[in-house]
Amino acid sequence: MDESIYLDEARDPLIIAEDWMKDGKDVAIATVVETWGSAPRPVGSHLVIDAEGNFHGSVSGGCVEGAVVTEAMDVIGSGKARMLEFGVADETAWQVGLSCGGRIKVYVERLG
Amino acid sequence: MDPYVLKTLNEERRARRAAVLVTDLGDGRDRIVREGDHVAGDLGAAIANAFRTGNSQSVEAEGRTFFLNAHLPRPRLVVIGAVHISQALAPMARIAGYPVEIIDPRTAFATPERFPDVALHAEWPQDVLKRAPLDSYTALAAVTHDPKIDDFALKAALDAQCFYVGALGSRKTHAKRVERLLALGAGADQIARIHAPIGLDIGAASPAEIAVAVLAQTIHAFRSRGLEAKGAVA
Repeated sequence: MDESIYLDEARDPLIIAEDWMKDGKDVAIATVVETWGSAPRPVGSHLVIDAEGNFHGSVSGGCVEGAVVTEAMDVIGSGKARMLEFGVADETAWQVGLSCGGRIKVYVERLG
Repeated sequence: MDPYVLKTLNEERRARRAAVLVTDLGDGRDRIVREGDHVAGDLGAAIANAFRTGNSQSVEAEGRTFFLNAHLPRPRLVVIGAVHISQALAPMARIAGYPVEIIDPRTAFATPERFPDVALHAEWPQDVLKRAPLDSYTALAAVTHDPKIDDFALKAALDAQCFYVGALGSRKTHAKRVERLLALGAGADQIARIHAPIGLDIGAASPAEIAVAVLAQTIHAFRSRGLEAKGAVA
């Protein structure tokens, strides 16, 4: 159980995003904005991504991060935010599904 | 996200101050709302709810969709007194999501054997609170019965606007305490915030039952933050 009352600066996605920005990197921030059924990460969780595809944090505990990172790199390029939706894994989309049976909506935006 | 908004949000989070990040999901514009800032209408009501519950959510207001990301500091409970009640209170509070710190300069009481797995300070509250100041996301329960140990911490908790301040002792004990706190410079309205006798009135008899009453009162105080001022809570 994490019991610190202070931020874990080395692992906090929003602190890392700010650090990356200060280093002159282009950054995208992905946020879970809605969940239905059993979802691995709560609403408000973040994944932050840089233009090389490095990332910190999580929006699903590993199930859909790969797809979010790919989309985020497009968002960094275009500057246009996107809303992504992920549902139960099926045969055609097993790589980016949530095997737990839930659905999540992830908002991906560029920093700046 | 606006870089300045991110910077401001991180500053607030580092300082253990609550903030809600409001993002318009239609056009991507965002802003920070601090606790106590006035926001009108349905959006304001939803933001007030986010501060109270700590829950983030999407809301429809003014014909637009907003995402409210609530960033609340983790609440904690500081207990003055490494006594029998504290032994029961520490594990229960931790399970409920309130990490506990115990302060008691009496080294016979504040031993790791009596308090395994708890942040324990065998020091005077004056010294500990200088290093780790109280804030509005901290609850303080003073349970030593000893004015030399309790009084300073109680005054500090009132000054720091701790969301909960409780003190063990009968009404008669508390009446004397009120006199001492007035002498220390506390205002009467500040002193009225102290819950004494401590704990919800559930007829608690044993130290463990008193711990339940104190924890329940702490949770109630946390979840009704900001409502007391409007008279919505008795």
